[in-house]
Amino acid sequence: MVPLSWYMGLSAAVFSIGIFGFLTRRNIIIMFMSIELMLNAVNINLVAMSHYLQDIRGQVMVMFIIAVAAAEAAIGLAIIIAIFRNRATVHVDEINEMKG
Amino acid sequence: MTDLDSMIPNTLAYPILTVLTFLPIVGGLLLMLVPSSSHRLIRTSALGMTLLTFLLSLPLFTSFDKSTWMMQFTENRPWIEAWNINYSLGVDGISVLFVLLSTLVAILCVLISWTAIEQKVKEFHVAILIIEGAMIGVFCSLDLFLFYVFWEAMLIPMYLLIGIWGGPGRLYATIKFFLYTLVGSLLMLIGIITLYLKGGQTFSIPELMAQAPGFSVELQLTLWVAFFAAFAVKVPMFPVHTWLPDAHTEAPTAGSVILAAVLIKMGAYGFLRFSIPFFPGATQLMAVPMMALSVVAIVYGAVICYGQTDLKRLIAYSSVSHMGFVTLGIFALNTQGLEGGILQMLNHGVVTGGLFLMVGAVYERTHSREIAYYGGMARSLPVYAVFFMVLTLSAIGFPTTNGFIGEFLILLGGFARHKPLGVVAATGVILGAGYMLWLYRRVFFQETSENVSALQDLTGREIVAVLPMLIFVFWIGLYPNAFLGFMHASVEHLIAQVGQAEETLTLAQVLMGR
Amino acid sequence: MDITMVHILIPALPFLAFLVNGLLGARLIRDQAHWVATLAVAGSWVLSVMTLMDVLHGKTFYGNIYTWISSGGLDVSVGFSIDPLTAVMLIVVTTVSTLVHVYSVGYMHGERGYWRFYAYLSLFTFSMLMLVMSNNFVQLFFGWEAVGLCSYLLIGFYYDKEAAAVAGSKAFIVNRFGDFGFALGVFLVFLTFGSLDYRTVFAALSGWESPVVEVFGLEADLVTVIALLLFCGAVGKSAQIPLHVWLPDAMEGPTPVSALIHAATMVTAGVFLVARCNPLFNLSATAMSTVAIVGAITSLFAATIALVQNDIKRVVAYSTISQLGYMVLACGVGAYSAGIFHLYTHAFFKALLFLGAGSVIHAVHDQDIRNMGGLFKHMKITAITFWIASLSISGFPLLAGFFSKDEILWMAYASGGVQGKLLWLVGTLVALLTAFYSFRLIFLTFHGEFRGGHEKEHHLHESSPVITVPLIILCVGAVASGWVGLPPVFGMENQFAHFLQPVLGHPEAHGTHAEEWMVMGVSVAVGLLGIGAAWVLYGRRSDLPARLGALANGVPYRWLLNKYYVDELYNLVFIRATVAAARNVLVAVTDGAVIEGIVNGVPAMIGRISEKVRGLQTGVLHHYASIMAFGVLLLFAIVIGWGGG
Repeated sequence: MVPLSWYMGLSAAVFSIGIFGFLTRRNIIIMFMSIELMLNAVNINLVAMSHYLQDIRGQVMVMFIIAVAAAEAAIGLAIIIAIFRNRATVHVDEINEMKG
Repeated sequence: MTDLDSMIPNTLAYPILTVLTFLPIVGGLLLMLVPSSSHRLIRTSALGMTLLTFLLSLPLFTSFDKSTWMMQFTENRPWIEAWNINYSLGVDGISVLFVLLSTLVAILCVLISWTAIEQKVKEFHVAILIIEGAMIGVFCSLDLFLFYVFWEAMLIPMYLLIGIWGGPGRLYATIKFFLYTLVGSLLMLIGIITLYLKGGQTFSIPELMAQAPGFSVELQLTLWVAFFAAFAVKVPMFPVHTWLPDAHTEAPTAGSVILAAVLIKMGAYGFLRFSIPFFPGATQLMAVPMMALSVVAIVYGAVICYGQTDLKRLIAYSSVSHMGFVTLGIFALNTQGLEGGILQMLNHGVVTGGLFLMVGAVYERTHSREIAYYGGMARSLPVYAVFFMVLTLSAIGFPTTNGFIGEFLILLGGFARHKPLGVVAATGVILGAGYMLWLYRRVFFQETSENVSALQDLTGREIVAVLPMLIFVFWIGLYPNAFLGFMHASVEHLIAQVGQAEETLTLAQVLMGR
Repeated sequence: MDITMVHILIPALPFLAFLVNGLLGARLIRDQAHWVATLAVAGSWVLSVMTLMDVLHGKTFYGNIYTWISSGGLDVSVGFSIDPLTAVMLIVVTTVSTLVHVYSVGYMHGERGYWRFYAYLSLFTFSMLMLVMSNNFVQLFFGWEAVGLCSYLLIGFYYDKEAAAVAGSKAFIVNRFGDFGFALGVFLVFLTFGSLDYRTVFAALSGWESPVVEVFGLEADLVTVIALLLFCGAVGKSAQIPLHVWLPDAMEGPTPVSALIHAATMVTAGVFLVARCNPLFNLSATAMSTVAIVGAITSLFAATIALVQNDIKRVVAYSTISQLGYMVLACGVGAYSAGIFHLYTHAFFKALLFLGAGSVIHAVHDQDIRNMGGLFKHMKITAITFWIASLSISGFPLLAGFFSKDEILWMAYASGGVQGKLLWLVGTLVALLTAFYSFRLIFLTFHGEFRGGHEKEHHLHESSPVITVPLIILCVGAVASGWVGLPPVFGMENQFAHFLQPVLGHPEAHGTHAEEWMVMGVSVAVGLLGIGAAWVLYGRRSDLPARLGALANGVPYRWLLNKYYVDELYNLVFIRATVAAARNVLVAVTDGAVIEGIVNGVPAMIGRISEKVRGLQTGVLHHYASIMAFGVLLLFAIVIGWGGG
């Protein structure tokens, strides 16, 4: 049986990749994918812990996250498409409308 | 005493207060379904709706039991049981007349806007109807939570009314109006929550009237100040009055009328309904300071009128002065003062509401509010001049008009309670005559200005809109007992409630920690 | 008709006329408005005479019609009190009013707003009748304000003339100063006696010990405070110093109005008030002295101004103020019936003077007596009646003014003490001045050469009968109205004083018959002296007036001509100061700078802070993300460090 720490390690690694991707890339699609990575890292963690603690609530939580992530992906992609149609770019540095 | 002892259930064929509150609101929502382009249909149905509400409100006048101070026509249903919030409505001698005033004023607002409003006609009438419902809700609520909902709900359509259909400076005026009132209201909200927590987890007003007077004077004083913040802004009392001239000046006629006739009455109503019976100890302590503040408002509001060049602004400042009379009477805490104060609230609604109707009618023709623009209108608009004269006379407290009865009772009550303040307040009568007659002379007498020489006199529709006000001027002026009769029992009860408070402390002692 | 119906109809008839003319005048009645109004007021006159007869037979009335205001312990009714004092006032008001109504048919003929004029006159008559018939203070106050309103409307009748409109407002506002005191007096009456009914209040006064109260740090009897506050109202309405300024300006109104309102009736309401409240005033020696002194000073002050005025109506107006001072003086020495007696005779001869002046103005179309002269030969009836009225006011023996004025002077003299003698001296001096300015007016207007140009002289003519008949009737009054109050030295009781005694009481007179004859002789002598002096200065051509005017560099003359600059002073102190305070302090500083400064300043400050802070929002997504990431790390560090520590 794979020990818990492996799962935790995997989760941490995926999460770090997600963060790294989010911070370093400028393409909004890639950044979006990084977010998905982070979410899934959390899911891995939750499932592992759920199994380890024999508590079903962790897995329920995962279902939630998947559902939310799906919704988020749908809306997020829609927004990205809208932005692209308007600005003809997916480069985040060129989108700074919210500058104070 | 318990909650239900002081409430007489509604025995009419329909739940009158619910109907009055929600008929206009529902009507307003239904009006949204009408196509925007059919202006005539919108106007007539809004008029029909307000008329219907008015007719349905008449039983309040005829079936009201004047012999008791208890809440009448009450309805009581649980609403949010988890927090002990009830949908509880009822009126007593203090509030009943304002419900009637609200239903009447709404009709006049629709009438006077008949041709004045050309843009977004549907939305305008929806706003008016919703305001009407919320106003009535404020006066009927017997549950603090419900009250607060209506209190705040009023604000939004009013904000839109000024902000969309107002004059050139409307944006500044609306934001000022909104923020001013909101700051006050939020303090009151804190007060309400405190009351709920300390007063036995209830929002019921009759129950709190039994609970809250038992609080320590320090707590009462804190809560009193929190409520005061909301009510003083609404009245408006000096020095938080500066939103009123801006709001009045920029508001469309109907907005000004609602503001003057009903909305600013809510502040004074709040004092009567909450501050005084809930916190009698604090009220006793604050009575003389409040009277002093009222007197400042009377004199200040009157003197500042002498520096105005804008017709609506002048009337707005005169409102500050007149509302000073109202609060003076209320905090005299004797029968004449309180009854005079309540009557004067009604009077001010009639007179200042009427004056704004009149000014609106002529503004629609000339699009000028400058006093200097006018002159000699008695020649070109005789009917208008006569109507304005009657309202002017009432504003300066001429006997046989309603203004006299109110001011007489208030000054008598104020004088009885505190002689020096009564004397200073009475100077308001001189100052008031001064600026109103100056205004009248400047606008109606002297050489006829060419700006107004060809204007049309009041139309039949406008006469119908103003005439009810004139009828009330003389009705109240000649037979005030028809209205004072509603108040006697409730006012006596109110005085009894305050009378129980300990009067041994002075404000200074409480503030210094006894 | 039962007795109350008569009483209700007395004021109700003019009120109905007001309603009819007011509502239908503009469209239907127009130049027939006088019928409605005149018939109504004539009806009131008939009813008033009936009432007087009733009262003479001892049938008085006191009762309420309906409850007007009731609140707490306060109960105010509308009701009537018909007693001798009311009966006299009713006769005065309805008589003069009827004659003025008739006169106006000619005088106001063809004026724009003819119906409006009659509507106002009817409203005035109604209000004045309500005032004198009232049985309580609040209804009195109603009449008080309502006559003020009518005065305002009628002074401003020619409202497109700025001077008229200003004068109207001025009259109303100056009166408000008096009403301010009056209202406070009424409040004190209520708080002290718990009622505002005359009967209840006056009944409570007998045997009442007035408590001592502190006012502005001074100790005073409560009754003195009440009496003086009520007297404030009288000062305003009866144009006593210092609130006299409105009455001369009120001459901007049409002349019949000046005769009715500003001479015969409304302005005497103050005297009526003091007489009506005599039980109150009698309790306070201080208040009585004040009343007497104010009356004396006013009469002297106004008489001196009247000496040099050139506007025919203003001379008569100052004469009115001066005579009102007499009446107030009489009340102040406790001789209320003498005051009312003078009020009653004065109503005839002063209304006559005004209406005569109106007749002159109608003919000359000018009010400046420097442009008149020699009118006697053109308008004989006007001139003769004017002569008789002037003789009457100057106290020429056996005319109405002689008896009433003599009564006042004698009562002042006989009221005792140094004060009484001084008041008498002032009164006698005023009698001299009165005779002088009255005849200055006569000589300049009716005698000598016409100074208004040949063109105008051709058009001079006597007025129509509708104008001259009221003059003749009033002239009868100016001659004979005094005969109802012959003084005791003539060998019989003063009938007029006897009639009023139940209401006004009877003052003690400290003096002998010889002294009374002396007082009478002196007053006749000074009257003739004044007439003679007027003849010397103005009856003959002479440069004496000019030389007198130039005395002391003309300073006294200018002061008199400019009415002691009181108007200018008030204008500066009250009006300019208020407006300046409003504009420069309230609008600009307190509302503008302070309150609005805070109201707009707080949001502005928040705005400025946000101006600085918002630089943090770069709009670059990565900046936000990095900050978030580091923030999370920081939180981790804190949590772990904290947990470990």
